[in-house]
Amino acid sequence: MANEHFDAIVVGAGPAGSAAAYTMAKAGLSVVLMERGEFAGAKNIFGGVIYRKQLEDIIPEFWKEAPLEREVIEQRLWLLGEQSVVTFGHRNEAFKQPSNCWTGLRVKFDQWFAGKAEQAGALAIYETVATELIREGDRVVGVRTDREDGDLYASVVVVADGVNSLLGKALGIHREWAPDEVSLAVKEVIALPKEKILDRFNLEGNEGVTIELVGQTHGMAGLGFLYTNQESISLGVGVMVSDLKKKNIKPYQVLEGLKAHPMVKRLLQGGETKEYSGHLIPEGGYHSIPSLCGNGWVICGDAAQLVNFVHREGTNLAMTSGRFAGEAIVEAHQRGDYSKAGLAGYDRRIAASFVHKDLKKYQGMHALLRDVDPTIMFDKLPYAVNEAAYQMLLVDGVSKAEKQRMALRGIKNATGGSMNLLKLGYKGWRAING
Amino acid sequence: MNSVADRLYTIRFKVDEKSHLVIDDQQTCLACKTKECTHFCPADVYDWHEDEKMTSVAFENCIECGTCRIGCPEHNISWVYPKGGHGITYKFG
Repeated sequence: MANEHFDAIVVGAGPAGSAAAYTMAKAGLSVVLMERGEFAGAKNIFGGVIYRKQLEDIIPEFWKEAPLEREVIEQRLWLLGEQSVVTFGHRNEAFKQPSNCWTGLRVKFDQWFAGKAEQAGALAIYETVATELIREGDRVVGVRTDREDGDLYASVVVVADGVNSLLGKALGIHREWAPDEVSLAVKEVIALPKEKILDRFNLEGNEGVTIELVGQTHGMAGLGFLYTNQESISLGVGVMVSDLKKKNIKPYQVLEGLKAHPMVKRLLQGGETKEYSGHLIPEGGYHSIPSLCGNGWVICGDAAQLVNFVHREGTNLAMTSGRFAGEAIVEAHQRGDYSKAGLAGYDRRIAASFVHKDLKKYQGMHALLRDVDPTIMFDKLPYAVNEAAYQMLLVDGVSKAEKQRMALRGIKNATGGSMNLLKLGYKGWRAING
Repeated sequence: MNSVADRLYTIRFKVDEKSHLVIDDQQTCLACKTKECTHFCPADVYDWHEDEKMTSVAFENCIECGTCRIGCPEHNISWVYPKGGHGITYKFG
């Protein structure tokens, strides 16, 4: 493949890379889509939820052909105590027509999406690692791969190599992520007969439920998740690496703890673990986003920290950033200008979209998680809320007024007193309204 | 499903002869008080051997998450991707 020149090389056939490759190939550009796995999705995991809007913007009515699991009609949030739970949730028939989101499994989905890019004309090259960027002066002109004679040249390189983005680091646009800019998620896919899933989650047909779990993470900043697939449950937990470093605990032991929780255990009863997996999640937020383009390159998706961890949205931001990059490159191609200025349409699109706006809204969240003792938000508060609920509902002769005092005292104590509770409330409000 | 071996058994591996994970300097590991890599790795790739004063690297178990590269307090681990087509292949993801 030496000395062949393409309009674009996309590194990484995840949702960002495939969206970019599809967009460019459809517009007639010559595109290489490079993937280190045996096939697209071979190395990829997510929670995971696939949202309609952002993929529909790329492939209208994709749900008629894409491999999806269940249509999410209910989202629950559980605050876990040691043997108890306080639950919140919202179920709505309006989430059906049209669908808001589906659960999914990466391996099937990514192969389908990369296949769409291939059908549109992109040349997929699998089992190939992009080891470095080839430069001429201040321009990126191609990628070096781990294949013999594996240099490939293009007018632009789309860096979509995921959270570990070695190419992003090679560009020098970000240093290594700090341990508090990433979470480690471990997950199991647990097979369960369809009827059991329908019964246990109060579902019919293709309906599905997502549950986010707060608490029981050994005081580490993080969340558990439990999602219903067609004939399996995706159960996982992600915790911030900076917290994990301080605890002498193995990530899969945290997951094992969640599986043993009485509320979770009965949902999984009789299930069989079919797959264990692990992956980093970029959680640096707004202030960790690097420069998004330069002379001959753009960067998308996880590689650019484009994840809204407050709403556990990532795949949709990846797809949208990939599409924007593709559209900007098509414009650059028409003008024959692949410089930073020529690719600025990517920056402009991101800035005008929900991607930038949502991450900006939560820009204070990273500092909040850094500055507030994680045991307060992820351990003591969920416990105190459970204890408060328990006491209020337990009829044992103690007066309701006394119980209310106990409940409030418990919540105040969890945060270290009234002033701290107020401060935390204020900081929290600021963090989500940046 | 209690041991890491049981877990890793669910993943298909195509192991390269050469490790894609390299400890830069074993003396750094010797001086390291926390030996965090032996805890936070989700595949138990790293193990400290007190008698031999060295960290062993079971790279063939690596699930390619990248935590060790970021988490090692001394940045003492050189981390690259396994050769194209090698390493893990998930079936669900």
